[in-house]
Amino acid sequence: MEEFLTDRLKTQEYFLNMGPQHPATHGVLMLLLKLDGEIIQNVELDLGYIHRSIEKMCERDTYKQIIHLTDRLDYLSSHMNNEAVCLLVEDALNIEVADRIKVIRTMMSELSRISSHVLWWGVMGMDIGALTTFMYGFREREMINDIFEETCGARLTMNYNVIGGVRYDLHENFAKRVKDFITHFRKKLPEYDKLLSNNIIFQKRLEGIGYISKEDAVAYGLNGPTARGSGVSCDVRKIHPYSAYDRVEFEEILFPEGDSYARYRVRIREMWESLSILEQLVDKIPEGEHRVKTKAVIKLPEGDFLQRVESARGDFGVYVKSDGQKFPYRLKFRSPGFANLTALNKMAKGLKIADLVAILSTIDIVVPDIDR
Amino acid sequence: MSYFSDIINGTKSLLIGMRITGKYFFVNFLTRKDVITEQYPDNLETLNMFDRYRGEVTMYHNENNEHRCDACTLCEKACPNGSIEIISDKELNPETGKNVRYIVKHIYHLEMCTMCGLCIEACPQDAIQWGQNFHHVQYDRGKLTKVLNKPGSKIMIKTKEKK
Repeated sequence: MEEFLTDRLKTQEYFLNMGPQHPATHGVLMLLLKLDGEIIQNVELDLGYIHRSIEKMCERDTYKQIIHLTDRLDYLSSHMNNEAVCLLVEDALNIEVADRIKVIRTMMSELSRISSHVLWWGVMGMDIGALTTFMYGFREREMINDIFEETCGARLTMNYNVIGGVRYDLHENFAKRVKDFITHFRKKLPEYDKLLSNNIIFQKRLEGIGYISKEDAVAYGLNGPTARGSGVSCDVRKIHPYSAYDRVEFEEILFPEGDSYARYRVRIREMWESLSILEQLVDKIPEGEHRVKTKAVIKLPEGDFLQRVESARGDFGVYVKSDGQKFPYRLKFRSPGFANLTALNKMAKGLKIADLVAILSTIDIVVPDIDR
Repeated sequence: MSYFSDIINGTKSLLIGMRITGKYFFVNFLTRKDVITEQYPDNLETLNMFDRYRGEVTMYHNENNEHRCDACTLCEKACPNGSIEIISDKELNPETGKNVRYIVKHIYHLEMCTMCGLCIEACPQDAIQWGQNFHHVQYDRGKLTKVLNKPGSKIMIKTKEKK
């Protein structure tokens, strides 16, 4: 009987396009899945649906004009991307920025990180099927967006960094608002745990899913919270401290498990660390200028320049090859999401389609960053 | 055994989560405290945005319909997207006997603007500044192209003070 059935009830491999318009792919990402029933055999990435040739556009823009384009890469950590370009030019021209600027930049970066992680937390729950978390995440995000709007003038694409400082001085309400946010968020973060992290259904969906070992994580070049969930120490803020990160105490969050739940917990713990960084700095903002005067036309000396920052998704790098003109000869962005996404096949092989959605969520991708 | 403990723990964790959502649903709804849902701001006339909000580029005109723009085209050069176009002409000033440049049209393409603020930073006269209107919805793309200098406006006679 069994032989009779296996002869006739053969399963067949087939292909399924996931995306480019699927809501669980966080944008216009297309995944070509090779499936056996519901089990994933292979995941192939098909990028290019939101390619805007930003690197090429940078070659015709001056260094001042490049900054606003980096907002449009990883829009959730736009401040860190701006900072990378500014730090690179300041480093190349030996512009010394004041302590006040460094502290402002660090605080804004950490606020961006919290806002990005809060959004990720909400969307993570929604991908798994818990729609409530999306609304709860946006409640806290709204407070940070208000801080940004008041000081920087925009909520998402802030474009607040300029070469040699920041565009405006801090608004007088800034410190008060940040303090309000810290007390509010300290109360609400345990609520996140109660609502989602400790939920058994949620844990069963993530534990042991999307495993990647420490060796593989290094081999694939994973970075950011995704790699730290596999126990790889890779925090740029620790390795190459920039801005004011050398004067604050914080812990690099490492979880050795390497599964989706470990990556989830890394991000939750990172929010606590960001809060503590903000708390250390908010009372100690030095007085001084918010902007150093620079030349009207900025020309970089000939040579290669590289600057790395830790964005909310990981190690964001800007590489500039200059021929001494006011435009860069070649500019390359190293985006953290792209490296993280390449490991998707390794993580998702042999699992179900529903698990793929959970894994994509814990990698925390932003497609415009991957597809520049 | 783990089968039953899983069921018990699962129900427990679900109830803990539902206590939070229930609290927000009932208590906050009844007491009207901590309600965070906001409606779309339809009250555009009375709405106050933050001072620094970057909505659109506008040109300052005083009560005599005069602006400060002297057609230096620095904003046009600073713009990375080509959203600003300046059409200017020359006119003989009878007092000094020199040709003076003035703007015929200061065209602003809102549909291409990314609100980076480089034009406003570049302006030496403070002629253009940020407007706070965020409600840019139009049915026709052409309506987003605006002429910033008002019809019949003239250049302000230069004074030392700014704004």
